[in-house]
Amino acid sequence: MMLSKGLKRKREEEEEPEKEALAVDTWWLDPRLPAVAQAPPAVPSNSLLDLSVLKLHHSLRQSEPDLRHLVLLVNTLRRIQASVEPEATLPSVPSPPEAPGVAADSLLASSDAALSASMASLLEDLSHIEGLSQAPQPLVDEGPPGRPSGGAPPGLGALDLLGPATGCLLDDELEGLFEDIDTSMYDSELWAPASEGLKPGPEDGPGKEEGLELDEAQLDYLLDVLVGTQALERPPGPGR
Amino acid sequence: MIPGIGALAQDTLWCFSQVKGTIEIGATEADIISTVEFNHTGELLATGDKGGRVVIFQREQESKNQVHRRGEYNVYSTFQSHEPEFDYLKSLEIEEKINKIRWLPQQNAAYFLLSTNDKTVKLWKVSERDKRPEGYNLKDEEGRLRDPATITTLRVPVLRPMDLMVEATPRRVFANAHTYHINSISVNSDYETYMSADDLRINLWNFEITNQSFNIVDIKPANMEELTEVITAAEFHPHHCNTFVYSSSKGTIRLCDMRASALCDRHTKFFEEPEDPSNRSFFSEIISSISDVKFSHSGRYIMTRDYLTVKVWDLNMENRPIETYQVHDYLRSKLCSLYENDCIFDKFECVWNGSDSVIMTGSYNNFFRMFDRNTKRDVTLEASRENSKPRAILKPRKVCVGGKRRKDEISVDSLDFSKKILHTAWHPSENIIAVAATNNLYIFQDKVN
Repeated sequence: MMLSKGLKRKREEEEEPEKEALAVDTWWLDPRLPAVAQAPPAVPSNSLLDLSVLKLHHSLRQSEPDLRHLVLLVNTLRRIQASVEPEATLPSVPSPPEAPGVAADSLLASSDAALSASMASLLEDLSHIEGLSQAPQPLVDEGPPGRPSGGAPPGLGALDLLGPATGCLLDDELEGLFEDIDTSMYDSELWAPASEGLKPGPEDGPGKEEGLELDEAQLDYLLDVLVGTQALERPPGPGR
Repeated sequence: MIPGIGALAQDTLWCFSQVKGTIEIGATEADIISTVEFNHTGELLATGDKGGRVVIFQREQESKNQVHRRGEYNVYSTFQSHEPEFDYLKSLEIEEKINKIRWLPQQNAAYFLLSTNDKTVKLWKVSERDKRPEGYNLKDEEGRLRDPATITTLRVPVLRPMDLMVEATPRRVFANAHTYHINSISVNSDYETYMSADDLRINLWNFEITNQSFNIVDIKPANMEELTEVITAAEFHPHHCNTFVYSSSKGTIRLCDMRASALCDRHTKFFEEPEDPSNRSFFSEIISSISDVKFSHSGRYIMTRDYLTVKVWDLNMENRPIETYQVHDYLRSKLCSLYENDCIFDKFECVWNGSDSVIMTGSYNNFFRMFDRNTKRDVTLEASRENSKPRAILKPRKVCVGGKRRKDEISVDSLDFSKKILHTAWHPSENIIAVAATNNLYIFQDKVN
């Protein structure tokens, strides 16, 4: 589905506000700022949508994402998406069935897997949009969401969102979501669990180390540790 | 002197009093202060840091010799409250950073406080020991128990003075009750219970019982896909032990009454200000997310902090705040950049003074702001080593928004966004404030005449 018909801005018009935007935007790129070191990798374009998706990806890759941060990001993404494609509605993707034997309120990662799945579904939907909005930065801040006026950056691929905590607990269903997605734009940042049969991206070192290749011996060891930990962690009785 | 009264005619002058913490070189991330809290009398001041340590300062007795200098705060006790933990089930490390400290009112010679990291709340007892018993005759010189047959006299030990020792012991550990990250704890006015709040749930605890808590609020949706809102802060009413409030990432506050039902998912009051259509942007929701909520000491008002403003709400009026104060409105046109560098997600706290007449909150560049609710005047001050001469009066700072910058003003583009004042505290009855600037704790007092 093409969105970019008639929306491409002329190059000359693009440059001036671009310069202004840069003058406004780069003042914060002070090496003193710790945020710079942690910032997501440089975006090819200024698109707010690209930035938001990258942030979401970055946030989901944390071992335990900050829920508030995540929710605010997703809601902002929804707003941006709504302004790009106002008539589209988010498909409701059924959440993957929880791992058998796991209570809904348990502390296991299945609830996080459901959250990841919802993010995945959101982003998969976004991936269908080609020609992303390139709202110039100053306009975005001043008035109602800016009209899409950007060029046509390559379509965003849905990102591989599996974090190390959820990788081994996801169902096969979810794997299918990713098989036909082009993630070449972002693959260098991805961690791809090699053992799950998912489409692997180009490998990076940390990804390989985090790969969940649990064999029986390791699983047994893990269970032993769990049982041992639970014995240690029993809270003290009342009246201590 | 009761703050607020008598200060109407002229603004309070704030002076530097003390600074605690190392100067930049040698400071590690573990030293970053993550919470500051005075106890109920103001005698003690506690800080928690990213390394899981708690440092308690005690105010020294005022001496007749130094009339012009009010009591200084000196280190009273330091202890490791939380250690980093590893959750084997999720393969996650649990940070030891202290998110909040709350004092219990003093009921005997010992002091009690609650400290929490993301997952576990602990009750600490801080007590003094300045005597020790001597004269036991039950052990020999090497400390071995003597044969009872050789003991022929009954000797009662005598208490002899010793050097003052302050010891902190963990009296209760309240663990395994939160799936998500704890953002708030609040002691109830009944002094028997307290609550802990994470992103999606609030639990009620009894101080004596550690293996069980009551869940009183649960906003987790059946489908996590439907999650659009999280709990950001919660607090008990200062006098009514059945009432509490919690704030959300969507800029709303809910007041709940525990008498209404066991699970307070349905609020008694709902506070929300309608969105200003002229200020609408993609970032409207993020900047409306409330980062702190505090009851006034009187219990009549609540104060909330969102990214750009502080608001005061009357408990009897739900549709809009009665007062709104702009903390740093010059950032409104920079929201996109602040979104890029994640500063827009910073969580600032806010505090009331003892008489609820002045409110204070932090900003960037080590600035902090005070708003006098009566005179409607505000001031911007800076916590910096340059203004650190004893009793030096703090000069008000001003941010230049556009046009010609005056000599003492600082332009928006020159602000240092890595220097953020997120945590401040105000003495319960005097004009003494504690301001946490990264790894330094500044203490300021008003000018003594």
